[in-house]
Amino acid sequence: MYTQSLSVPDGEAKGPRKVENPEYLAEFNAKIDAGGFIEAKDWMPEAYRKTLVRQISQHAHSEIVGMLPEGNWITRAPSLKRKAILLAKVQDEGGHGLYLYAAAETLGVSRDELTEALLSGKAKYSSIFNYPTLNWADIGVIGWLVDGAAIMNQIPLCKCSYGPYARAMVRVCKEESFHQRQGYDLLLQMMKGTEEQREMVQDAVNRWWLPSIMMFGPHDRDSIHTETARWGIKRISNDDLRQKFVDATVKQAEVLGISLPDPELKWNAERGHYDFAAIDWDEFWNVVGGHGQCNVDRLAARNKAWNDGAWVREAATAHAEKMAAREKQAA
Amino acid sequence: MAADMTQQNTATAEHIEYVTRLGDNALILGQRLSEWCGHAPVIEEDLALANIALDLVGQARLLLTHAGKLEGSGRDEDQMAFLRVERDYRNITMMEVPNEDFGRSTVRNFLFSTFQVLLWERLVQSSDRELAAIAAKSLKEARYHLNHSAEWVIRLGDGTAVSHDKTQAALYYLWPYTAELFAANPTDEAVSAAGIGPAWSELEAAWEAMVLPVLAEATLVVPARTPFKSYGKFGRHSEHMGHLLATMQYMQRTYPGASW
Repeated sequence: MYTQSLSVPDGEAKGPRKVENPEYLAEFNAKIDAGGFIEAKDWMPEAYRKTLVRQISQHAHSEIVGMLPEGNWITRAPSLKRKAILLAKVQDEGGHGLYLYAAAETLGVSRDELTEALLSGKAKYSSIFNYPTLNWADIGVIGWLVDGAAIMNQIPLCKCSYGPYARAMVRVCKEESFHQRQGYDLLLQMMKGTEEQREMVQDAVNRWWLPSIMMFGPHDRDSIHTETARWGIKRISNDDLRQKFVDATVKQAEVLGISLPDPELKWNAERGHYDFAAIDWDEFWNVVGGHGQCNVDRLAARNKAWNDGAWVREAATAHAEKMAAREKQAA
Repeated sequence: MAADMTQQNTATAEHIEYVTRLGDNALILGQRLSEWCGHAPVIEEDLALANIALDLVGQARLLLTHAGKLEGSGRDEDQMAFLRVERDYRNITMMEVPNEDFGRSTVRNFLFSTFQVLLWERLVQSSDRELAAIAAKSLKEARYHLNHSAEWVIRLGDGTAVSHDKTQAALYYLWPYTAELFAANPTDEAVSAAGIGPAWSELEAAWEAMVLPVLAEATLVVPARTPFKSYGKFGRHSEHMGHLLATMQYMQRTYPGASW
C-alpha cells in the first residue's frame, strides 16, 4: 500500500550498470520533459535506475510487512463478514507486493536479492507498520487513514515517468480506494454501536493520526532527493500532499463523529487550508532508525516465515528439476 | 412463540446436524488457514492460502445461515459461528488440529478437499434446494483447492529428502483422523434416507481411489489403519479446539450484543 515518501538510503542497488552517455542522457531528458514513459528496455541514467529500484522495492517490502499488523486481527475478526473482508484485503496487499517486486525486476534486480535486503534489515519499508494494532478499530483506521494517506502519495505515481511502476500503481490505487472505503465503513458501523465501540475508534484514531501524517515524509526543505522531481518520479511535494490529506480528513472525521488528536488543528481562511501542529520528527526518525514499537517483531516475523519456508521452496525447485530430468530422459 | 417456531421448523434434527457439520468444517479449516496469511513460505502461497481460507469462510457463512434457518431459532451466521459452546461445534477433528508446518497444512487441505469434491458433487442433487445451490458454488472452489494441494503434496513428497520426511510425518499424523470422516452414524443414515445427502461412509471408496494415486506419485507411504478414533463431528473435540475458539470468539464474547 504504501510508499511513505521515505527517500531513505538503503544501500547500493545491484544489477547491470549502464554506460553513461551524454547523447542518451539528452534523449532521456527530452522524453521525460515531454511527459513520456521510460520503459524497461530504454536507456536510463544509473542514478535514475537505482532510485527506482530503491523506491519500488521499499514499496513492495511495505506491502509485505504491511500484511502483519492487519493479519494480527484476522483470526479475531468479530463477524464472518468482517473476517472475509479483512482476509481479502490482506491478500490484496500481498498481491501488490508481488507485482511491485515484478516491476522492480524489470530494472535488473531479482526478487530474492530484494527479499534478502529486507530480511537483513538493510532495506527500509514504510515505518507506519512498526506501530501495533491494539484493538479491532485499528483495522478500520488503517483503512481510512493509512490507506488514505497512501492513496494521496500514490495517485501521482500513476503518472510517474517509469512505465512499469506507473502501470502497477494504477491497479494498486484502485484497490486501495476500495480498502479505504471499507475501513471507513467499518468505523461508521462501530460509531453507531455501543459506547465501548466508540471509545475503541477514538483510541485507534488517537494512536494512528500522527504516524499517518508522517507517512508523507520529511518537510520539503529537509527532503534529500530533489532529483526525483526532475525525473518525474515524484510530482507533488511531501508538504503539499500532507496538507491535502489533512484538509480532506478533517471533514471525514466530523462525519464519523470523532476528534483528531491535535489541539492546534483549525481552519485558516487566509491560507484556505487547515493549520495543524508541528510534527515531532524525532519520533519519525527513531522509528525509521529501527526503534519503533514493532520494528524488531516485524522483521523477526518475516525472517521466521522465510526461514521456516526454506524447505518448501527447496522442495519445489528440486521437484521441478526432477520433472525436467524425467522429461528429458523420456524424450 | 413455541407454536410459531414449530411451524417454521420443519427440518429434522438430523438435517440440521448434517448442514451444521458442513458449515463447521468450512469454518474451522478457514480459521486455521487464515493463520498463514503473512507467514507462508512464498508470497504466492500467502495469496493462495488466504484465497482458500476466504472460500471456506464464504461457504461457512452460507451453510451456517442455512442451518440457523432450518432450526428456526433465528440464529444468524455470526451467532452460529461465534456463540456456541465447544460441544455444539460439529466439525471433524482434523479441521482443528494446528497447522504445524506447510507440510501438514498442505496434506490436510489435500485429504479434505478430495472429500469435499466428492461430497459437493453428490449434494448438487440434494432435495434441500438451498444446500444444492451452495454445493454447486462450493464444488468449483473445492476443485481448485484440490488441484492446488495435490500439486503441492507431490512437490513436497517427491522434492528433497527433508521435504519428503516432513510430508510423510504430516501424513502419519493426519491419516488416523480421516477415519472420522467415514464413521457411520444415525445422522447420516437419516439424511441419506431422506435424499438430502449421502452418508459420508458412501464416499470412502471413491475418496481412497482419488487420494492413493497422488500419495503414490508423491512417493509417500500410506499409513495402516489403527484403532484410533476421533469424535469432533459428534461434538467431542481435541484439546486444540478450545484454544481455537478462544481466539475466534474473543470479540463476540467480550462485547456481547455489539454489531460490527
